[in-house]
Amino acid sequence: MSAAAPSKSGLFDCRDSFATTIEALAEADPRIVTVVSDSVGSSKLGGFRTKFPDRMVNVGIAEQTLVAVGAGLANGGKVPFVSAASCFITGRALEQVKADIAYSNVNVKLIGQSSGVAYGELGPTHHSIEDLAWLRLFNNMKLIVPADPWQTAEAIKAAAVYEGPVFVRVSRMAVPVLERPEGAVFEIGKAETLIQGTDATIIANGTMVHRAIAAAKALSAEGVAARVVNMATVNPLDEAAIAAAAETGAIVTVEEHSVRGGLGGAVAEMVSTTNPVPMRILGFPGFVPTGSAEWLFDHFGLNETGIAEAVRQTIARKK
Amino acid sequence: MRNDLVAEIRTRALWIRRRSFQMVYEAQQGHPGGDFSAADILATLYFGVMRYDPANARDPGRDRFVMSKGHCTGAFYAVLAAAGYFPEADLKTYMKPQSLLNGHPNRNYLPGVETNTGPLGHGLPVATGIAIAGQIDNADFRTFVLTGDGELQEGSNWEAALTAGHRKLENLTLIIDRNRLQQGARTEDTASLDPLDDKWRAFGWHVEVVDGHDHQQLLDVLTTSPKGRGKPLCIVANTFKGKGVSFMHDNVAWHHGVPNKEQYEQAMRELV
Repeated sequence: MSAAAPSKSGLFDCRDSFATTIEALAEADPRIVTVVSDSVGSSKLGGFRTKFPDRMVNVGIAEQTLVAVGAGLANGGKVPFVSAASCFITGRALEQVKADIAYSNVNVKLIGQSSGVAYGELGPTHHSIEDLAWLRLFNNMKLIVPADPWQTAEAIKAAAVYEGPVFVRVSRMAVPVLERPEGAVFEIGKAETLIQGTDATIIANGTMVHRAIAAAKALSAEGVAARVVNMATVNPLDEAAIAAAAETGAIVTVEEHSVRGGLGGAVAEMVSTTNPVPMRILGFPGFVPTGSAEWLFDHFGLNETGIAEAVRQTIARKK
Repeated sequence: MRNDLVAEIRTRALWIRRRSFQMVYEAQQGHPGGDFSAADILATLYFGVMRYDPANARDPGRDRFVMSKGHCTGAFYAVLAAAGYFPEADLKTYMKPQSLLNGHPNRNYLPGVETNTGPLGHGLPVATGIAIAGQIDNADFRTFVLTGDGELQEGSNWEAALTAGHRKLENLTLIIDRNRLQQGARTEDTASLDPLDDKWRAFGWHVEVVDGHDHQQLLDVLTTSPKGRGKPLCIVANTFKGKGVSFMHDNVAWHHGVPNKEQYEQAMRELV
C-alpha cells in the first residue's frame, strides 16, 4: 500500500495516494514529469516539487496551455502527469484534450483532481459532474475512476506504463479502504465484483462504491442478494455489465456524476444493445444546489438508503 | 555556397506554390492564399535550417516543426513530400476519401507531423511543451512553430507566450506569418494586433521583424544560434496572402478560394 496514513476516522483522501505513488514512480522513471496550473497544493504535489524541482512544470493559471504543454512534453519523450481541478482540466481545456491529446493519441496522463461535487459549496462552476460525459466521447482515452487509495495508486501505476492517453479521476472526499480478496490486482478495463449476488447488480465507481456496499449489506438483511461491481474503468467498459444484465436481470448504477453520459450512460449503451433489463441510473440530475458534498449525496439519494430503495424498485420492474 | 542555398530555397518555394495550387485545384478545396504566404518560410525551414531525417521521423534528436496554421496543408504537405517524408505521388490524394492527406494534418497518419492541428491557437502551446522537454534534458534540438497572424486572436497563444517567456525557452522559435488577412477581413479591421512586435517583447521574447518572402533574411534570422540569448525567439514575417500570383496578391477572397481552369492556368504561367 503506497497510500498515506488514514485520518483518525480511518478514511483516506485519494489525492494523498496519487501524490505518494507519483513520487515513487518518478524515482524509478526519469521520464515522468508533472504539469500543474498553480495546482501544486490542491494536487498534493509539494513533495514531488521538493524531490524533483526540475521535473515539475507550472504553467500558471492557464488550463489550455496546461493540457497542450502535456502533449508537447510527450512529444519530447516525457511521460507527463497533468494535474489540476477536474472541472477545469476537462471543461476549460476540452478542445486541447480533444485535438492535442486524444486525436493526436499521445502519451499523456490527465489527472482530474477534486472531482465530482467535492467543491460542493463553491457551486456548479467548480463541480465536475460533466467530466466523464465530455471525455467519454474520445474513444481512445482510458477513463479510470478509482474507488479508494489502493485503487488510486494502482490506477496511477497502470497509467504510467500504458502507452497512450489516460484520464484518472481523483476525489478529495474521504473514503475507506475497500476489502478485497488477497492478491487482488488492478487492470485497466477490468471491473471487480466486491459482493456476489443474484437478484440485482449495483454498478458503482469512485466515492459511491463503499455506499453501494453498504446498501447491498442492508438489502441482504431483507433477503435481497445484490451484487456489487466496482466499475473503475468507464472507458473501455468491462463486459461485466453485460454479464450482470444476463445473470441478475436488474441493474442500478451509482456515480458522483451527472446521470447524463457518465457510468450509467455507458452501462446503458452496452446493456441496451445486448441484453436489455430494467435499469436505474443514480447520480446528479444536472446543475445542483450549493451544499456540502455529503449534503448533496443525501439530498439526491446517493447514500445507503437511496441506493437500496432504487434496487428494490428496479427489481420490482423485472418481468 | 550561401548563394547556392538561397537559390535552392527559391526553387523549392516556387515548387511548393505550384504543387500546392495544383492540389487545391484538383481537390477544389483548400487555403491557397495562406499556402502562398507561408511557402517561403516553409522552404527556408526545411531546406536551409532544420535537422531531420525522414527515414527516422521520430528521432528524439530531430528539430521539431509545428504547423499551427493547420488549414494551410497544401503548402505543408508539399514541403513534407519535397523533404522526403512520403512520395510526391501521394499528394494526388489530397482530401480524397481515406487519404492520409486530411484537410488538416494528422500525426498518426503522416510522418513529419508533430501534433494534430486545425483549430487555431494550438500549435504554440504544444510547441512550448516540446521545448520544455528539450530544456529539461538540456537537449540541442530546436522547436519551430508557424502561426498565422489572425490566429493570434486565440487566447491560448498568450497563455503559452507567458510560459515560454517565463521559462526563457531559447530553443523555441515562433514564426508569425503576418499577411494581415484573416478569413473574413483584414486583421487590423477585425481585432487589431499591432504593435505586434512590442506585444511579444512585453512577454519576454526576443523579436525580429523580417520580410517573410526574402529567403536570405529568413535564412539569416533562423540560422543564428539562439543559445545564450535566454529568450524565446519570435519572428514577425511580413508576408502577403496569395504572394506570387497577381490576382491573388493580398486578396482576402483567396483565403480559401478555389481556382477555376482559367485561374489555375494563369497562376501556373505566373509561377515560373
